[in-house]
Amino acid sequence: MSVPTDDHSSVPEPVESSASDTDPVATGQARQREPRWKRLPVVWQLRRSTGLQRGMLIAGMVLCAVFLIAAVFAPLIAPYGFNQLSDAGGNFPRQGAPSAQFWWGTTVGGYDVFSRVVWGAQTAVLTVVLAVVLSIFLGIALGLISGYLGGWLDRILVTIADAIYAFPSLLLAIVVSIMISGGESGFISGILAAAISITVVFVPQYFRVVRAETVRLKAEPFVESARVLGASTPRILSRHVLRNATRSLPLIITLNASEAILTLAGLGFLGFGINPTAASEWGYDLNRAISDVAGGIWWTGVFPGAAIVLLVLGITLVGESLNDLSDPRLRIRRRPKRVPRRTATAMKGAA
Amino acid sequence: MTVADTATPPAAAGKKSGGGGLGRYILVRFLLIIPTVFILVTLVFFLMRVVGDPISASVGGRLTPDQLAARLAEAGYDRPVLVQYFEYIGQIFTGDFGRTLTDNREISEILVTYGTGTLELVIYSLIVALAVGIPLGRFAAYRRDQIPDALLRIFAILCYATPVFFAALLLKLVFSVWLGWFPLGGRASTSTQLVLDRISGSTGINIIDALRTGRWDLISDVLAHAVLPAVALGLLTAGVFLRLVRTNLIGTLSMDYVDAARSRGVREGRLLRKHAYKPALIPIITVMGMQIALMLGGAILTETAFGWRGLGFQLAQYLGARDFVAVQGIVALLAVIVALTNFAVDVLAALIDPRVRY
Repeated sequence: MSVPTDDHSSVPEPVESSASDTDPVATGQARQREPRWKRLPVVWQLRRSTGLQRGMLIAGMVLCAVFLIAAVFAPLIAPYGFNQLSDAGGNFPRQGAPSAQFWWGTTVGGYDVFSRVVWGAQTAVLTVVLAVVLSIFLGIALGLISGYLGGWLDRILVTIADAIYAFPSLLLAIVVSIMISGGESGFISGILAAAISITVVFVPQYFRVVRAETVRLKAEPFVESARVLGASTPRILSRHVLRNATRSLPLIITLNASEAILTLAGLGFLGFGINPTAASEWGYDLNRAISDVAGGIWWTGVFPGAAIVLLVLGITLVGESLNDLSDPRLRIRRRPKRVPRRTATAMKGAA
Repeated sequence: MTVADTATPPAAAGKKSGGGGLGRYILVRFLLIIPTVFILVTLVFFLMRVVGDPISASVGGRLTPDQLAARLAEAGYDRPVLVQYFEYIGQIFTGDFGRTLTDNREISEILVTYGTGTLELVIYSLIVALAVGIPLGRFAAYRRDQIPDALLRIFAILCYATPVFFAALLLKLVFSVWLGWFPLGGRASTSTQLVLDRISGSTGINIIDALRTGRWDLISDVLAHAVLPAVALGLLTAGVFLRLVRTNLIGTLSMDYVDAARSRGVREGRLLRKHAYKPALIPIITVMGMQIALMLGGAILTETAFGWRGLGFQLAQYLGARDFVAVQGIVALLAVIVALTNFAVDVLAALIDPRVRY
């Protein structure tokens, strides 16, 4: 879902011959001219996958697509608004069991559970996209600068990133959320607060990856030759290092996107998400549902919870498959165990 | 998850020949705690003070401007932020984390009272995580790329994908409400807790206190309360352990010495049990440090979901009351705890695997 946002930077584009010739990862296959859309991250891996891995990737993509559709078309899909308490027929029942009018029942506050779950997809997707985009930009920028320039700035940034990295992310998100909104907020500000809280947690991860790659690339001949030719630092960073340093990011993005959803839900569960009247948020609904359970009321909690699990599952499946397909240890070793016929098709698919 | 994978080879940095023994490593690693804690405390302090002071946040609406100004001056919040910061750092070094705004308690006292609850929960959960994660991971590696492996992988992803509070909700629904096997929440029944608190020299760790009384009704009551929270929090980590054991076992199974053993005719099952298993467990200890941080985060949610009176539960209470002094204090405390456990785990890893020392 959030993978395509990074298309431009993660695909090694053969714009510049020196960079792509010394390209350490891309194999001979990748250099063949294929239509551009076929070389986009997820599409590329989908075409290379076989068997179980392909099944996992497709299942994940379908799950993500379902939630994306729910998020975009929430106003059309949801029968009621997320904060609607009554319609022409009078007030909604409280803790009403699932029925023809309320498919998944109503909550203790009298909201329609189905509508809130659908609207919640919108909140979740918006927050995650925002958080991931923000942390990519910040993390890549800091990682490039820190790794390339080195020196005291690098040392300070690395120490701070390590300290943040070791800390429980939820706690940090809580603190940042207090800072931004004082803990209560409307739709836009709430989503922004949640997204920034998650960003602070994730920037160190992108930072570490990009910095490590940059430090490695800095010593590569093509960077050195660019420097000798008199290219400016910004130009070297943007044209030579960035393109090669961001290769592993689609994977981290998917893993982070799922973590972002869990963090958002955790914040909501602790009452630090978005106001219930401003937007629908699954974590908050689960918080309310915890006390319903004692009375045997299951529908208020099970549906938003299942939504979180399925969305995280979908994103993780996509991420896992990308990981397996890009890791030769996990991908290639499957082949000898397969029957020869399968191997042949797999080879053909990869070529 | 990526974390687990990338953290596996701890030996990469340990190439320096003859550099420093274990003692030196421990010392250097111990000194590294100081900047970590310092950075986190500083970060938390400034994040919480950028927008305003805690008094306006918690009671600001209810006081007149004059009263508010008086309260601010009394607590010293009207001074420059930097002055307050240095004072705060000084206090922390003497172990004084401040007092809560809402009920005026020492924050270090809160740690003593509720920390034991969190400690107990985290230990139970670690037991669950290891007991579930390691055998299943071994089984998955053994049946690699077969149906059980695929199912276990999905199980591991589900463990990760389920927020602990949703797991808590489901467990409560099924095992407390529908089946009635376990209590709904809390650390012990009220009557049990009363007895346990009265024991002379009460440790605060319920199970130890209950064992000391030797009364079966108390022990079983305490254990019954612990099962669901431990499973909810433990499964979160179990998925990580499962994947880690599987990946590492598969990795060690392709090492040269295992190949050599295989060519001598050692059977696959024995290879797995005797040759590849133990080396594959070492990375778990390394990753455990990071898992502790994750578990503390999870503990906040688990404790809130089960009404388990520990640090996380208390933190959530103060969050709800907008008592940010208390929040800041507890978060700073947890930072110290995380840094210390990471230190302990690193030392443990160095003791087991000499290559880690550098």
